Amino acid sequence: MTTRKIAVIAAGLSQPSSTRLLADRLADATTRQLQSLGVDAEVQIIELRDTAQDVVNNLMTGFPSPKLEAAIETVTGADALIAVTPIFTTSYSGLFKSFIDVLDPAALTDLPVLIAATGGSERHSLALDYAMRPLFTYLHAVVVPTSVYAASSDWGSTGDAGAGALPDRIDRAARELATLAKESDRSSRMVDPFALPAGFSPVGGYGAQ
Amino acid sequence: MSTIASASNTGTGMQFGIFTVGDVTTDPTNDTTPTEHQRIKNILTIAQKVEEVGMDVFALGEHHNPPFVPSSPTTMLGYIAAKTERLILSTATTLITTNDPVKIAEDYAMLQHVADGRVDLMMGRGNTGPVYPWFGKDIRDGIPLAIENYALLQRLWREDFVNWEGKFRTPLQGFQSTPRPLDGVAPFVWHGSIRSPEIAEQAAYYGDGFFANNIFWPKEHYMKLIGYYRQRFEHYGHGAASEAIVGLGGQAFMAKNSQDAVAQFRPYFDNAPVYGHGPTMEDFTEQTPLTVGSPQQVIDRYASMRDYYGDYQRQLFLMDHAGLPLKTVLEQLDLLGEEVIPVLRKEFAENRPANVPDGPTHEALVAKRDAALLAVAEPVEAPEAAVAS
Repeated sequence: MTTRKIAVIAAGLSQPSSTRLLADRLADATTRQLQSLGVDAEVQIIELRDTAQDVVNNLMTGFPSPKLEAAIETVTGADALIAVTPIFTTSYSGLFKSFIDVLDPAALTDLPVLIAATGGSERHSLALDYAMRPLFTYLHAVVVPTSVYAASSDWGSTGDAGAGALPDRIDRAARELATLAKESDRSSRMVDPFALPAGFSPVGGYGAQ
Repeated sequence: MSTIASASNTGTGMQFGIFTVGDVTTDPTNDTTPTEHQRIKNILTIAQKVEEVGMDVFALGEHHNPPFVPSSPTTMLGYIAAKTERLILSTATTLITTNDPVKIAEDYAMLQHVADGRVDLMMGRGNTGPVYPWFGKDIRDGIPLAIENYALLQRLWREDFVNWEGKFRTPLQGFQSTPRPLDGVAPFVWHGSIRSPEIAEQAAYYGDGFFANNIFWPKEHYMKLIGYYRQRFEHYGHGAASEAIVGLGGQAFMAKNSQDAVAQFRPYFDNAPVYGHGPTMEDFTEQTPLTVGSPQQVIDRYASMRDYYGDYQRQLFLMDHAGLPLKTVLEQLDLLGEEVIPVLRKEFAENRPANVPDGPTHEALVAKRDAALLAVAEPVEAPEAAVAS
């Protein structure tokens, strides 16, 4: 059976956090969906809280600590990513964005991503579509159509006419991600850190030849 | 070749020195800030001290924005040249992107004559965004500027009359930069880069030196970059990978008792430009080559560098930043010169393979050029060259 690496970012700040709870549910559902497609999932969860100071230090010094570097490599070398943030003041949390800011801008190109968020009220659910989705689109990641927002009330409701209950939304998003993850070969790609741009010449295009 | 290099310098093999960014920073322990004038004079004093304590190189940064003062390196290096006898004067770095290569060619050829050849340069792109537009350039052209400007600089130093057309400056027809390089030999050039393989490739292509600043990143990062440069140096036919010319930066603060060094340096570290108010000093010393402790700790840390980078040619230390007062910096240089460098010289000389070049000097470059001319003129040794000419 083939194996796909699934990275999970949980940007919740408290412990335990509902963000982590949602991240775990999404990871489990994705694993199940992949299995039904005949693929094993290798899931690695990153609680950004554990690297919060390292992220800030990286912003200031320009380089990651060994612990943060390991987290970055988990994300950038995965076949698919599940990114879950709490919604703070109408958008992703500052810690979540700071982590994204220390990544190489090209590092997420082609990466299938499931975006999800938690919040106190369902009124912020569109933050996924006006903040999270454009962020990953800018990075040339492939964001699945279904995003999952879990308000506090979702943990004890059966959904409504417009949307299914939280477990239904989780399953639908996981199915979409699993389909893309199955075809992803990102984790087996060799990345040459010294690749020169196409057409690069050490003497330039003029004069010196 | 090694005898020629050693004749002009105290050390055979490795060269040791100081590089400064020239920041004007408030001393956090007493809240005093030197004036620009004081800081400039302090840098000149520090440079003379570098020779006095037996080191080989003083390298000056180039900046065009406060709090940094050295905007005009050859003015300061010219003064230092007159006040010293052995010291090699260098830069860290010369902005190959925003300076006109014609002016670099002339300024540093002039400095070569003034300093009797004790001059080399380190090229850098500069990482202050607004400096590019202030000099009429675009930071997105950083690499193409570094590549094209250096290609022109190479020719200006090597060809008497240059015709040139490029993308970034006005064309030249029959231009001769003046004065010509001393003894007809261009200054040695290092290329500094923190993360660009293009610059390592450029250094390797020309057989120039490559310098890793070694201040802001873990050594593993620079090990990969230097490994790449060495491999490409060999690829371009300049010699074995182990014969590539490598320089490293570094940073230290010392006291006889390591606890005193930690206590004394901590306020400067915590408030330093760039990394201040970020990682703890303990994390930073663990993750980067910064060493705060006894002279023996500094010796141990830097003697191990060749285990990671291979035998190399030049080690520069950053010692005078973050608002450290002049008196402290001079004491640090005494410690470096008396207790650290002599031991490092001995350690680096031990088991240094015979094919590893010494640190570059003007005399060695002249000798190498003369040897090459002799080989061409000598038909027995180079019959094909003689036929071709």
